[in-house]
Amino acid sequence: MSARTEAETAIAREVRRSRLLTLPALVVLFLAASGPLVVVLVYSFLTAGDYGGVTWRFSTEGWQAVFLERDIFDDTVSIADAHLSILWRSLRLSLMTTLLALALGFPTAYFIATQPEKTRNLWLFLITIPFWTNLLIRTFAIMEVIRNRGIVNTALMKLGVISEPIQMLYTDFSILLGMTYVYLPLMVLPIYASMEKLDFRLVEAGYDLYATRWRVLRRIILPIVKPGLIAGSILVFVPSLGAYVTPRVLGGGKNLMLGNLIELQFGQGRNWPLGSALAITLLVIVMVALLFYVRTAQKEGGGHG
Amino acid sequence: MADRPFAIKRQPGFATIAMVCFLMLYAPILTLVAYSFNAGSSIAVWEGFSWRWYAAAWQNELVQDAAIRSLVVAVCASFFATVLATMAALGTTRTRPYRGLTATYAVINQPLMVPEIVTAVALLIVFAVFKQATGYTGLGLLILAHTAFCIPFAYLPIRARLEGMNLSLETAAADLYATPWMAFRRVTLPLMGPGIVAGAMLAFVISLDDVVITEFVKSAGQETLPTYMLGQLRRSITPEINAISTALLAISIAMVTIFFFLNRKKM
Repeated sequence: MSARTEAETAIAREVRRSRLLTLPALVVLFLAASGPLVVVLVYSFLTAGDYGGVTWRFSTEGWQAVFLERDIFDDTVSIADAHLSILWRSLRLSLMTTLLALALGFPTAYFIATQPEKTRNLWLFLITIPFWTNLLIRTFAIMEVIRNRGIVNTALMKLGVISEPIQMLYTDFSILLGMTYVYLPLMVLPIYASMEKLDFRLVEAGYDLYATRWRVLRRIILPIVKPGLIAGSILVFVPSLGAYVTPRVLGGGKNLMLGNLIELQFGQGRNWPLGSALAITLLVIVMVALLFYVRTAQKEGGGHG
Repeated sequence: MADRPFAIKRQPGFATIAMVCFLMLYAPILTLVAYSFNAGSSIAVWEGFSWRWYAAAWQNELVQDAAIRSLVVAVCASFFATVLATMAALGTTRTRPYRGLTATYAVINQPLMVPEIVTAVALLIVFAVFKQATGYTGLGLLILAHTAFCIPFAYLPIRARLEGMNLSLETAAADLYATPWMAFRRVTLPLMGPGIVAGAMLAFVISLDDVVITEFVKSAGQETLPTYMLGQLRRSITPEINAISTALLAISIAMVTIFFFLNRKKM
């Protein structure tokens, strides 16, 4: 009897120790990460102050302004085209970025994983460097390449292929290109991690059973690396949806994405409740995507903390 | 049957795409580095080799100020984040599931799952209220913000290392009459070493590179290197930005090299 209670107190003590150890990290995160999110939610239901900031009066103007706008002349309410088109652009561009990154990243990860041990580390090293490089630097690097007087245009003009520079910068295309460029390593690394565990004897077995390369790819390799594909897709989709720096530098002031629209409300727009509501909207979309990921990952039976 | 062994690992076109990707990843970066040595003041027209932009950046007071601030914040944030993450990793791995563990994971990993812009505006609001109430405009708030989003980056390698550790070593220590504290200090902690260093380095780089959150949270005049560069991109673009970028790139490469070196010795 007393032995069982002793074991129970030992367990309780261990749990308490674990809780105490984790507490400081949780406090810091609550102060500067999770807690502020609640504040944003609260602020989305307040009224905009005259000079930025808010006045503490409940209002749903912020949320209404996300979807509707009020004509200042005849006070009619209509769908906020500007906002919805920005939302649509963000969804469209981040989905295309994810697909493009998948198309480019999967073969790259496959290539690295099928290299002999000795050279594999070199390739991993090469793919990791961009990942640890400043986002701004990488965006700037792409900008230099596609500017009107940048490398691509200068080279094409020298070769006589075109007579006028192709306007690539400050378009949706440049944002797509920039985001794919910036987030590609984030797609390659999780796929590689999945591919590393692939037992190629299964592939060999497939070939022994007269499968073509395409069939082996589709029915053996892809299903096994699916967790990596999904993880990589999430790692690209989430940041690209909320992208701020890349669209700002590469899109100029005209091609706004959701991140830029949110920033606008806290800067020139002086509409903190609207900005907060937009931020919460972005958060909700991201949460839905993550929920989808968790559900798919759990179906595979591979759970992880 | 066939003269050459059938390459089971080869898929048509994949190697080509991979090569194209690597080229595409590095071409812009190499161009950027190359033009940092441009003698002229354009970032597209080459006029000869020169170190002048490095000298200019080095002597630029704004750059010095931003660089020092970046380093101070990164060192402090990575230090605090690593300490907190180490404690959190010890409290969440190799333990039986207790109530609230899943919620704890969610909070710790939150900065990875929430888009930076959302965290940035959230902190903008909270810090604005705080600054108004107390008039505080020091570096502390910035360090707090960086520490928070660096914690998950430090946590992941430490936790991975901890989970891969063999419990038998600590049991052996206990068998040799070591107290739990002694076992921790002389067995567990040294074994976690590579994970902790990896976590600290990752946190350092993440903090050094942060643009969005810093841009929103900083008080007037509190520039870090990335926010300085962002400001310059809106005004005049000179190869000075290339020079600063190359310097940061060199730091990143050094970090990655050390990281790879550390991970080679698997215990």
